Amino acid sequence: MTRLLSALACALWLVMSWAASAHAISDEAILAPRPPKLLSAFGFFDDLKGQKPTAGVLPFAPNSALYSDGALKDRFVYVPAGQAAAYVEGEALDFPTGSALIKSFSFPADFRDPSQAIFIVETRVLLKHDDGWQAWAYVWNDDQTEATLNIAGARVAISTVSADGEALDFTYSVPNKNQCKGCHDVAGTLVPLGPKARNLNFALTYPDGTVENQLDRWQAAGILAGLPAVASIPSVPDWRDETATLDGRARAWLDVNCAHCHRRAGPASNSGLYLTWDEPPGPSLGINKRPVAAGRGSGGRLFDIKPGDPDGSILTYRVESTEPGVMMPELGRVLEDRKASALLREWIASLK
Amino acid sequence: MKIGRSIAIFTALLLGSTAYVAAAEHRVEPGDGANERLLEALILAEPGDTVVIAAGRYDLTEGLSLAVNEVTVRGEGADRTILSFKGQTGSGEGLLVTSNKVVLEDFAVEDSKGDGVKSKGSDEITFRNLRVEWTGGPKAENGAYGVYPVSSSNVLIDGVTVRGASDAGIYVGQSKNIIVRNSLAEYNVAGIEIENSFNADVYGNTARHNTGGILIFDLPNLPVQGGRDIRVYDNNMVDNDTPNFAPAGNIVGMVPTGMGLMVMANRNVHVFNNQFDRNGTTHVLIAAYPNDYTDDKYMFVPRGVFLHGNSYGEGGGQPAGEVGKLISDLSGTPVPDIVWDGVTRIPEYFSWVSAGDRIYVDEADGTTFINLKMISQMLLPWGWWPDTDIKAYKGALPEPDPVKLPQDQGA
Repeated sequence: MTRLLSALACALWLVMSWAASAHAISDEAILAPRPPKLLSAFGFFDDLKGQKPTAGVLPFAPNSALYSDGALKDRFVYVPAGQAAAYVEGEALDFPTGSALIKSFSFPADFRDPSQAIFIVETRVLLKHDDGWQAWAYVWNDDQTEATLNIAGARVAISTVSADGEALDFTYSVPNKNQCKGCHDVAGTLVPLGPKARNLNFALTYPDGTVENQLDRWQAAGILAGLPAVASIPSVPDWRDETATLDGRARAWLDVNCAHCHRRAGPASNSGLYLTWDEPPGPSLGINKRPVAAGRGSGGRLFDIKPGDPDGSILTYRVESTEPGVMMPELGRVLEDRKASALLREWIASLK
Repeated sequence: MKIGRSIAIFTALLLGSTAYVAAAEHRVEPGDGANERLLEALILAEPGDTVVIAAGRYDLTEGLSLAVNEVTVRGEGADRTILSFKGQTGSGEGLLVTSNKVVLEDFAVEDSKGDGVKSKGSDEITFRNLRVEWTGGPKAENGAYGVYPVSSSNVLIDGVTVRGASDAGIYVGQSKNIIVRNSLAEYNVAGIEIENSFNADVYGNTARHNTGGILIFDLPNLPVQGGRDIRVYDNNMVDNDTPNFAPAGNIVGMVPTGMGLMVMANRNVHVFNNQFDRNGTTHVLIAAYPNDYTDDKYMFVPRGVFLHGNSYGEGGGQPAGEVGKLISDLSGTPVPDIVWDGVTRIPEYFSWVSAGDRIYVDEADGTTFINLKMISQMLLPWGWWPDTDIKAYKGALPEPDPVKLPQDQGA
């Protein structure tokens, strides 16, 4: 009898430890020279399909988000136990080796009810190694049970219903490995884009219902160190927040959607057009700036931003376009962000 | 479930497959899945590898990119390995290189939606025996640049052919240490353009049937300015007769049909032993940047330009566009072989221009010249006249050393 009990206990322990290990984060997977073939191998999620993170993996969000054909996004951060990211003024936080940033892109069957019937298309991971960040994309299967490493990019047919109730069919593009670096690049080095203090500096509603400034939360969780007084850190508003200033909303959208390339050390540095949050008004922000290498992307307009004249501004032409070779951003969308277009028009019209 | 899904083109690729570990040459053949096989080969190449693109036609829907150092991408001939981007649905260019010590040779890029072949931030980048072409002829809808190194260093462009670019066929921007040679640029707005760049040798090229043959420009509001030390020699700039088809807003839109060579702003530009013929507006125009701008660091007038030993055939008989009219209203028709707008900075107008900053012309007898004296026009509207005395501009400037590139030793 004792033997039987102990055998049972042993079996139970085995099952439990197996379950625990299945739901524990694999630091080996994060740091392996070659990424695992399957997303589940990282152990980031207790419930992969439900995107329920395991303990130690924290959801986060920027106040303004990059437009990706309207995809819903779930973002998570993991910092190895006992370590912390360091605060960096104006740039992404400096994460320690072994950290991971995880972002899933999904579409609901109907945007009028975006919490239901969600289909996850891809999950992208940024993994911090000793020699820098690695970027990989995992594409989900039809059954939504697993996502598989993808290197050469993928095209996924999306068929959904817009918030206005219109049928919305398009081909979503999962980036190939080189395209990741097309945006995640500062001076030739692969970097995270979202987790800058200015993007995180707002009160987020967490899954358990608590509402807390993310910087405070990260600091309390021990994953962020060296933070100055939060009140002293800029905060980029939510561009959809109509109570924010028009200028702040437009600059927030440009910062998040354009400035990863259009910055002094970014992939579009040669354009001389810089749309970062703190760029002062002037030609480098596009105001009365003539195009350099726009080609047909100029749309026959003379200036990037012509104050008071949205229809005379190249910026609106390219943001409203969905044509390769004209549209901006070049990557990451096939649809127009119409609400953003309207906001940018309103902003340019207001400029003097 | 209303969301259908298919991975229509690309398949996931397993890392760790041995195919890419040791092999130095990866051969891609045309046929099914060529787009993803090409993408994969470029992504998975290791330093030292060669990606061979077999002869044939490749109908590509996605732009290609290379981010690995020390890779050669080689086709089997610019008329045999054809990468067609007619059906391109993403990316801003046909092929983008962001790595160093890369050689691109012996293939063609056709009908890309944006630029043809671009390098950004590359050191030791070679474009050899490529053809970049928009096959529908000159159209505003064509991409801006054909061969397009930017923010790069040690750039070699050798034996390329570019046709149909709606800005410049061969465009080198914000780069340093540059050789453009033995290339053909035709039916573009600008044949060859060197812009905001340092130390360029442009020789042995033919620029014909463009709007303008060769442009040496410096523009404001760019991170790299002060372009200088350019030698343009042994080129043919002939029959530039294609009406300007640049989309409005682009600076090349002002280039009049029938321009041989144009120097705008820039410093220490040496133009010699070239052949100019049948350029309808003028063979050579030296001019200041004409637009308003806000940029304290920018020098808008050309400084130190030296023309000598060039051959000037027939030309100037059909001055075109606003610029052509502006010139011919003052010069008459045919427009002289060499036109300088005569713009100097106001303080220098009232004092002097230092010797190294002047315009020098030392050409064979019979060569015609005009200084339009634009500043005098503005300051002395009641009493000024253009200067056609070419002898008054005789002189010389010390020539920059030949450009030497690490990837071009012994050439």
